[in-house]
Amino acid sequence: MAAASSLLLAGDSTLLEITALSLRVSATATVIAALIGLPLGAWAALTSSRLRTPIVVVLNASMGLPPVVVGLIVYLLLSRSGPMGPLGWLFTPAGMVMAQTILITPIIAALARQTIEDAHVPLRDWFTSLGLSAWQRILTLLFEARFSLAVVLLAGFGRAIAEVGAVMMVGGNIAGSTRVMTTTIALETSKGDLPLALALGLLLVTLVLIVNGFAQTLKARMERRHA
Amino acid sequence: MKRISNLVAVTLSAISLGALAPTSVLAQEPTITVSSTTSTEQSGLFGYLLPQAQKATGIAVKVVALGTGQTLDVGRRGDADVVFVHDQVAEEKFIAEGAGVERIAVMYNDFVLVGPSDDPAKAAGKDIVAGLKSVYANKAAFVSRGDKSGTHAAELRYWKMASLDPATEKQAWYRDTGSGMGPALNTAAAMNAYVLADRGTWLSFKNRQNLKIIVEGDVKLFNQYGVILVNPKKHPHVKAEAGQKFINWLVSAEGQATIAGYKIGGEQLFFPNAVKK
Repeated sequence: MAAASSLLLAGDSTLLEITALSLRVSATATVIAALIGLPLGAWAALTSSRLRTPIVVVLNASMGLPPVVVGLIVYLLLSRSGPMGPLGWLFTPAGMVMAQTILITPIIAALARQTIEDAHVPLRDWFTSLGLSAWQRILTLLFEARFSLAVVLLAGFGRAIAEVGAVMMVGGNIAGSTRVMTTTIALETSKGDLPLALALGLLLVTLVLIVNGFAQTLKARMERRHA
Repeated sequence: MKRISNLVAVTLSAISLGALAPTSVLAQEPTITVSSTTSTEQSGLFGYLLPQAQKATGIAVKVVALGTGQTLDVGRRGDADVVFVHDQVAEEKFIAEGAGVERIAVMYNDFVLVGPSDDPAKAAGKDIVAGLKSVYANKAAFVSRGDKSGTHAAELRYWKMASLDPATEKQAWYRDTGSGMGPALNTAAAMNAYVLADRGTWLSFKNRQNLKIIVEGDVKLFNQYGVILVNPKKHPHVKAEAGQKFINWLVSAEGQATIAGYKIGGEQLFFPNAVKK
């Protein structure tokens, strides 16, 4: 254990690369998923369409999408023999971003839907009296609920950076190219190097803690400014 | 609206953090994707071999390590330029289907039967078939890869030679784990069970606990590795030229010497045996 920790503390450049790729892939997936999921969630919260209930059910259920299934589907899509083969995204970070985006968009959309619906209740009459359009309502609510939605995005990011099944299948765990923290942990476990795997696991948890701490600090600062 | 982006700021800063990462593969260098077995990757051979191959040929190699069955499937779908595996029957089928150009022998290593150091099944010796018969007779715990890998195929061949079939009989002591070599070794270590492993992965495996080699040195345990260029006629995007250059280097005197030079704890893992044409 001590040996593994000192290895980590030594700031090995390969380890930095792997950590940076984990952050880059999952953060990019979170941004894309937010751009799709937040408006989708807001729409689902406000709409009176007949499709609302089925969509909410599908969104909520999709929060439990198994990463390995998403990985398999994206693998088949991106394979050279698949419909998106010409993109050449299989075994690249772009493919990994795509898989994680599919994985976490439902999480962000479903949680945003609930958050925005709750925020909407006390404002509904006020909106009606102002005669706001649906689009104006969505933007206003996204703004009003921004601090709660930040937590929603963190949940999505957490899921993305922690999953291994999808990035393993789509990325291929290629050294120096698509190897991220979770696939490295899986690999080191395979090699029977359990102390190193555990140390990397602790590092991953610490990283997620730092991202969350950073977000919390920013949020507190924003809240004070707008109090 | 601008200010809801506090979280976006977090994620963007994370992205810029990521952007600082050095990119290890230079854009102007040809890069090929090699689909290979977990045994070559997990034994550390590629980590040692590829930088030297790149130095000699200028080709950067990206390795996707999977079980042999899946490795060939990746090649069949055109998702790799070269496959590097060890299951002759499956490889010949791959060629016959037109998925690959030609199967070229590169090197061999051998399988070993690993088991509890006190050898409760009394399987020790130089004969893998006799060893497996003892395991069967004593109903000793046995871990099978069960993942259609080259090692799994070899294990099933040895059971067949022994005229035994614990997998189909679903014997309680026969554990079909459906996992890679490393995970299967971890399982065997935890259960104090017998398991067939390739020597390379065994030598580099660190979580051995009470396990040791029980049977080794049988010629039947010989494990031949072959390399195949994915057929560019079937998948036009295959980087045939760079892939062939990499293969040529593997079977060249320099490549073969490099393979022979890979050692763990002073022990040579792979024995080059490319046939000169």
